[in-house]
Amino acid sequence: MSGTDRLELWIAALLTLMIYSFLYKDNPFYKFAEHLFVGVSAAYYMVLAFWNTLIPNCFGQISPTLVGGVVPSIGMQPANPIRWVPLAFGLLLLLRLVPPVAHLSRWAMALVIGYAAGANFTRYLQSDFMVQVQSSMVPFVVRTEAGAIDVGPSVSNVVLVVGLLSALAYFFFSKEHTGLFGRASRLGIWTLMVAFGAAFGYTVMARVSLLIGRLQQLGDWIGSIF
Amino acid sequence: MDIERLRRIDRRWIFLLMAAGVWIPLLFRPVITVKPSPIVAAIFEKIESLPEGSKVLLSFDYGPSTVPENQPMAEAIARHVLHRRLKLYMDAAWATGQAQAEQCIESVIRTDFEDRVYGEDWVHLGYKAGNQGMINAILGGIRNLYTTDVAGKSVDEIPMMRDVQGLRDMSLIVDIGSGLPGVKEWIQFAGDPGNIPVAGGVTAVEALLLYPYYPRQLLGLMGGLQGAAEYEAALVEKYPEYLTDSKALTIMGPQYVAHLLIVVLIVLGNVAFFAQKRRDDRTRKGRAG
Repeated sequence: MSGTDRLELWIAALLTLMIYSFLYKDNPFYKFAEHLFVGVSAAYYMVLAFWNTLIPNCFGQISPTLVGGVVPSIGMQPANPIRWVPLAFGLLLLLRLVPPVAHLSRWAMALVIGYAAGANFTRYLQSDFMVQVQSSMVPFVVRTEAGAIDVGPSVSNVVLVVGLLSALAYFFFSKEHTGLFGRASRLGIWTLMVAFGAAFGYTVMARVSLLIGRLQQLGDWIGSIF
Repeated sequence: MDIERLRRIDRRWIFLLMAAGVWIPLLFRPVITVKPSPIVAAIFEKIESLPEGSKVLLSFDYGPSTVPENQPMAEAIARHVLHRRLKLYMDAAWATGQAQAEQCIESVIRTDFEDRVYGEDWVHLGYKAGNQGMINAILGGIRNLYTTDVAGKSVDEIPMMRDVQGLRDMSLIVDIGSGLPGVKEWIQFAGDPGNIPVAGGVTAVEALLLYPYYPRQLLGLMGGLQGAAEYEAALVEKYPEYLTDSKALTIMGPQYVAHLLIVVLIVLGNVAFFAQKRRDDRTRKGRAG
């Protein structure tokens, strides 16, 4: 293990212990690790966005010769003046910090919201509504190529459709939940409970995986000491 | 059993018990047999069926906080793709994903596939901001955003990028994600509109939300550490030489023990709750009588 690797391991292990110390009780070590994480994350995102997005996609397109001094491959590209438009909108967004002209930032915000709403609306409508509705229209009886009933997929399809309709019934409030409709609604609650149970199980698995990852690294750290 | 004592137990003992429940199996490494489920096997079979030279995009949309779950998935996919001599394109819609891709390059490509040439067999395009807007932009033209690779080299100088116009040129997109943008956004903004097969590997927390997309919109899904272990099991079954690289399989032991411990704690908690309820009911009846 090189000196740098050893240093990395020590920093990671000590910060892990600082964070886990919260499980005993709140303390200054925990607070230090928490604040360090927030600061480092913000700096990391900023630097990465600057070099990976702003330089090649904005400044490098507007003035390739200028940026070419730092990133030679960009210097050979032709200039793309249309990129002044997003740069101008980006600057407008920053005007929020200048009270007399802060209202101009709304133009940029309107562009961002308008684009996001338009793009998301069409994609959600197709992928999360149309195709999902299609996917829930399944046959109750699935047959094999030989013509026999394929029990597994058939039961699965029945569970899917009954579960879906009963869960929808639970959220339908324009009719009183009594009689047959009430029983369907009751089944809907059970369906939701099963889904929540599965979600809880998965969440436990995720959290335990993270704990294993940390303890593995602490193990490596202890191993490096002895 | 003293129910009152059980109810008042300090939760810090539970934390200690859980740490022991994970650490002891980590030391002894029990062997757990894992079999790939159909939803995971579908990804493996798809990669197996692709002809040599097919293009596979592997997107790293996660960060260090979910490495134990996501990194084994990404590494298993990269290993499988390169073993089958497919072309591997790596990108990141998460800023932290770029470092994870570099970690994958270090532990998979530079370790097991040193003979593969950068720019001909694999390329690292790096991170681009924009979330689903980024996916939307590169669907029609990858050069809309990716004018250079991660090291600043023009994509036009990279041989394996010359015949790539947009995402539609990919034979498969595999997104390893842990939030937004993630598998769902790759389905919505690339898979569905571009008619491109999309497979995913996600944290266990997110897996349940993605099942409705399978199998029509999502080719296959690796859910959490279990999903990663299943993919590694499929890979090892076909290519036993990768057994020692199976990270997820080796930590399934602690995972099982921790789950058993949680089940026992839930049962004990419920026993304590109902016993207390029964005792309170008896006391109330006694007072009324």
